[in-house]
Amino acid sequence: MFFPISDSHISPIYLAIVGFIIGVLGGFFGVGGSFIAGPALRAVGLDWNFAVGTDLAHIVGKSVVAAKRHRALGNVDLKLGLIMAVGTMGGAEVGAQLIQMLKRAGNVNSVVSLVSIAIYVSISSFMIWEAWRTLQYQKKRRPRTKVPGTASKQDESSFSHRTKAIQSIKIWPMVALPASGVQAISLWIIILVSFVGGLFSGFLGGGAGYIRMPMLVYVLGIPTHLAVGTDLFEIIISASYGTFSHAVKGNVDILIALVMHTGAAIGAQIGAISTQYFAGPKIRLAFVPLPLIGAAIVIYTLVTGHKL
Amino acid sequence: MARASVTKKEKTNTLKAFLVELAVYAVFVTAYFFLVLHYLSGWLQDLHLNHVRIYAMVTIILIIGQAVFLESVTTWLLRLLRGGRSE
Repeated sequence: MFFPISDSHISPIYLAIVGFIIGVLGGFFGVGGSFIAGPALRAVGLDWNFAVGTDLAHIVGKSVVAAKRHRALGNVDLKLGLIMAVGTMGGAEVGAQLIQMLKRAGNVNSVVSLVSIAIYVSISSFMIWEAWRTLQYQKKRRPRTKVPGTASKQDESSFSHRTKAIQSIKIWPMVALPASGVQAISLWIIILVSFVGGLFSGFLGGGAGYIRMPMLVYVLGIPTHLAVGTDLFEIIISASYGTFSHAVKGNVDILIALVMHTGAAIGAQIGAISTQYFAGPKIRLAFVPLPLIGAAIVIYTLVTGHKL
Repeated sequence: MARASVTKKEKTNTLKAFLVELAVYAVFVTAYFFLVLHYLSGWLQDLHLNHVRIYAMVTIILIIGQAVFLESVTTWLLRLLRGGRSE
């Protein structure tokens, strides 16, 4: 099928299948999935600038479907999502400026690659350790629930003592997040978390759900199911901003994004509904390969010199 | 025993619902390729080349509009199929 905006020929079935896979991952883990979509679009010959911009447009659509489904399941904290959107956009701008600075210095590729590998591997290692410890603790304490669909949203984490210490930092203004079960937390901590997420989004590309979702759980103390849903809601706002910015620069082929989204829409619903059947620590443990895939892609790019 | 049979029934209903969703999407996608993309591609290409700001706004409207439409249609179908329950 010919897509005149990007002047490319791509099979619509291929696009729908890629969209479906990313949709399932996004609905289940609350990530944008750009670490798969970018290389998948590049693999069929789409220019890098179109791959990035079109992927963002597709992320908006997929996140709308998944967030709506999560909202129906009670997994979205709208107040938290709206506060985070502010910090994310600020962080994304600073991240983009950092990239420009490194470009001028002439070492953008090596710095970004090494930083991203370190971040991806650190997140995965920490999550393996934490989720495994929590699961072991739960196993010792009580028998497992066997009935499907009864996985509790009352989350547990072996890192919760640190999260409580973070929540007890009293820097005015304090905000309550009743939907997430957080009685009071400093607004600045929420802004800081979203700013860091935005910074990585602007610096490394994509929605940066791989760092924002763990931070929501471990730093803010949001239950995993709500972290997934709220992250998706927040991605709608930040990815829309990114899409507009890229579209103005001529980097979005909306026709490709719309075709990809037909597959992503089903996948996102399947992913979102599936979270009901898994407890928080299991979702976090299953999340571990995602940053590692990102790290593998960056290492491949560094070693071979080919950008996927 | 009763719980197991309820679970089995729920699984069958979920599978049935997803098959209906897939069928709806298949029809939608086919119609999409022949109608929307065919008629919109020329107009969108013109916007992309000559009016980038309008193109950027149309991009956001189209992707969100499609997402809301698809989600609403399937939620309605799921409710219909499960006799008033969406989940």
